Formats: sequence, structure tokens, C-alpha cells
Amino acid sequence: MRYTAGIDIGSTYTKTVILGEDNVIAGRHMRATGFKLAEAAEQTLNAALDEAGLARDDIAYIVSTGFGRHQGSISDVQVTDLTAAARAASIWFPNTKTILDVGGQTMKASRLTEDWKVKSFRLNDKCAAGTGAFLEKTARYMGYGTKEIGPLVDTSKEPVAISGVCAVFAESEVINHLSQGVPPADIMHGAFVSLVGRSVQLMKRVRMEPEFMLIGGILRFRRMIEVIRDQIGADVNVPRGDLVQYAAAFGAALLGHRRLAKLERQDTALATP
Amino acid sequence: MALAAGVDVGSTQTKAVVIDEDRTIVGRALNDTGANVMKAAEDTFQEALRDGNLREEEVEYVIGTGYGRYKVTFGNSQVTEISCHARGAVQMFPSTRTVVDMGGQDTKAIRVSETGEIVDFCMNDKCAAGTGRFLGAASAALDIPLDELGATARRGGRPVKISTTCTVFAESEVLSWLGKGKKIEDILLGVHRSIAARSVGLLRRVGIEDEVTFTGGVARNVAMVDALNDRLEHPVNVSEESHYIGALGAALFALDHIFESRMPASAGESR
Repeated sequence: MRYTAGIDIGSTYTKTVILGEDNVIAGRHMRATGFKLAEAAEQTLNAALDEAGLARDDIAYIVSTGFGRHQGSISDVQVTDLTAAARAASIWFPNTKTILDVGGQTMKASRLTEDWKVKSFRLNDKCAAGTGAFLEKTARYMGYGTKEIGPLVDTSKEPVAISGVCAVFAESEVINHLSQGVPPADIMHGAFVSLVGRSVQLMKRVRMEPEFMLIGGILRFRRMIEVIRDQIGADVNVPRGDLVQYAAAFGAALLGHRRLAKLERQDTALATP
Repeated sequence: MALAAGVDVGSTQTKAVVIDEDRTIVGRALNDTGANVMKAAEDTFQEALRDGNLREEEVEYVIGTGYGRYKVTFGNSQVTEISCHARGAVQMFPSTRTVVDMGGQDTKAIRVSETGEIVDFCMNDKCAAGTGRFLGAASAALDIPLDELGATARRGGRPVKISTTCTVFAESEVLSWLGKGKKIEDILLGVHRSIAARSVGLLRRVGIEDEVTFTGGVARNVAMVDALNDRLEHPVNVSEESHYIGALGAALFALDHIFESRMPASAGESR
């Protein structure tokens, strides 16, 4: 069996997937990116190899993606995470036309062609209001950690309206709501609704069309999926479990196999007189 | 002689100024606003009275300004901080035509006439980028007290380029520069320049006309004064009391009321 690795060096987390040519994930690993990007890439690769029971020499091709893809020198080629995620859709949800990716520090919407290439995209990486950082800040103002966001928001029955945009200024709004006795869960829910409002705007700008594939760390939250479904009025596809965070790494590894196949065809063409 | 007072309740700090009929500041005080806004207003006003050895009965009129102006429960009326900053800036620096006010949560650009009236203004209050909060984030990330940021930045020689706009992301950018081995003073110098660049962008929207007066709490930050001067290629007016300019403006409006109340009730009687 031939294996490739896809390494997605994101602003918040770095994820690595080891993929066999049967498109089955042999090993995967994720850790916080931190400030040493090359180190994060190296460590997740080694951990994913351990899980797969493989050695570095078993990997025929390494593709890196994500904002830190140019850091370090372990990859053979670099692709954007939009391209990589689009390729992941070809296996996971082949009818995907629109991808929404909400991560810790960025939000991206892309429209795909019939053959899973990126036709158009829009992204927000300038303002925390449209990213996971907004949820994290809101939670922190109420004394909750990032890990508590999911369980907390699940208990909410009714979201409270969050009118401000800025994640920094949300602090006073959150404190106001708390002092008026609004349950923290409903405030968190309100932050979800506000974030989804921004996501839908972004998707509208790429002329969204079903089917939808939702990915990124923020889609770990069930509530997020529900709110998106409500706001766009359509069903959505979400990779199960933690795979929701591995779409770009998986897609990068898939592209690695395609690249290998292409290189082989070229070699054969050169060898035949 | 009657006294007039202005209380400027900002998002971060509360300032009070008492003036006499000659428009001279005779008492001043400053406190953190904190959670109890009403108490901050009252305490700061009382402190300003003590500062000038003044009695509350001597103060004929009090005006509240700033975002918490309606919490100045002992005040006689309220005036927006934009009017007050314009008025106070022209009083302190009579040739002022443009005011840049940098506070804890917003930055304002105001163009004023010779008499201190507002011609145009523009403010950044929807987004924390380019406001005092940006400095707050840097202060938290680098663990340096706010009032030492300016002096530290001034020691920098090779400013880093801060590329993020959002205050939330700037916090991680600051840490990543630290991780890359940049000196704290160079990072801070970069932070100050980035805020100055955004503020000058705001000023351009109202049109920059000389002289430019720098008001608000951030005006006490020496590195921010440097950065604005560099960016504008012209020194801004700034004084030790720049952060009292809003309260001073409010006190001047209060003095207007006192003088008006002394005018005959109707022009018809003074025939």
C-alpha cells in the first residue's frame, strides 16, 4: 500500500492525516499550532505515523496546507486549504457545491465546480467577529473555558440578541446581559446566532447553492450546525466526529495521491519511445 | 465668584474639572470608572473640589459628558463628548482646527471652527482596532502596565510591522513576535505606529487642518504622541492636561449657562 500525508497548519490547530491509496485514513493527529509552526507540523506527522504504525520512509508524498503551509521544509508541495477542502468533498460528500469553514481565526466560504475545484471564495481573517475567537471571548467574559462552550450552549432554549460586532466590545454587552439575569447559555447561543449571521453573508457572496459541507473547528458544536441549518433553510453535510477538523488535511493527502499518479504517468510517457 | 464644573465619564476613566469665571482650571481629579459608574462620577467630582479647596455650594452648574454622562446624577445637564472635546481643545489651544481624541474604547476625529463649533466628525466605536483597547491588549499580552507602554516603546529602534487589524488577533500577533525573538520595545513601537496609522486614516475622513490637538487618555502616552507626529509630519498639540479636555469643555458649557442665567430674563425689559 502506498501512503501520503496531508498536513494542515491552521492558525489555531495543526492536523495531519496519513492516507492509503484506498482513501482510508491510516492515522491522524491534531495539536495546538502555537508559534513554532514547523515543530507543530513535524510533531503531528510523527504522531499520525505512530498511530498508523508506519515510518517516515513509508510516506511517498507529503502535501502541506493551511496558513502555515510554507513553514518548514518537510512537504513536497503546498496547496491552499480551500483547494484541499474542495478535494475532501469529492470523497466525503460528492454533491457538495458550497463549503463553509469556520476556524479559530478565519471564516471561509467557497463555491465548487462539478469536479471539486474552487470556483469562487470569500474569506474573513481581518476581524474576530466572524470566527471562533468571538465565541471564545464571549465564553471567557462569562468565566467559561473553550472546552465548556459546547455543553453550555446545548442547555440554551432561546438565544439573546447580541447586537455589537466587535469581539472586544462584546464584553460590555455580555456583562449587561448577565447583570439583567440572562442565563450564560442563552448569551452563548446569541453569540452563535451572530457568528452564523456573518457566515451566511459570506456564503451569499459566493452565491451559495446546496449541497453544503460544513467544516472547521467551530462545527464541532452541534448547536452551530442547527443554527446554520435554520438560517439557510437547507440541510447540511458535516463530517462525523473530529473529522470535521481534518477536511483540509484529508484533502491535501488526497491531492498527494493524485500528484503521485500524475508523476507516474509522466514517467511512463517518457519511458515509452 | 461662581464656579462651573464638567464631569467626563469615559468608558475607562472618569475626569472632573472645576473652573472659575476666568475659565481657569481651579480643581481637577481622575479615577478609573469601574463598575459603579454613578459612584465614580460623584467621587471624582468631590475629589476635584478637594483638589482646589473648593466648596460644593460655590459650584453653580455642572455638566456631564462622556458615555456615562447620564450617570452624573448631580449634574444639571449633559453635552456629548464630541462637543466638549472640541470646545475644550480650542480653549486650551486656540488655533485648533482638528481634534483627535483617543479614549479607552473609541477614537474620534473632529474638525472644529475658530469658535470651537463642530464642522465634521467621525468616530470608530464599532471596532476596537485603533483605539485604546488595542494598547490594553498589548499591555495584557506583554504583561506591562498601561502607563509604562509609551516609555517602553520609546526605547525601540526597529519597529515590527503589526499586520493584523483586529485587536483580538493583535494579541496573538504580539505574542508571535515575542516568540520570534523580537524585543518588547520594538513590538510596542510597532503597536503604537499601527494605532497612529489608523487614527490618521480617521482624521483624513474629516480632513486634516492645522493645528491638530490630541486629547483623551491616550494623549498621555509619549510614544503615541511621537507616532502621530511622525505620521502627520507635523507636531500635534498636547499638554499635561490633555486627558482633561473633555471635562474642561463640559465645564465651559456649564459656565455659559451661568452667564446666560445672569442675563435679563427678556430683552424687552432692558429697553
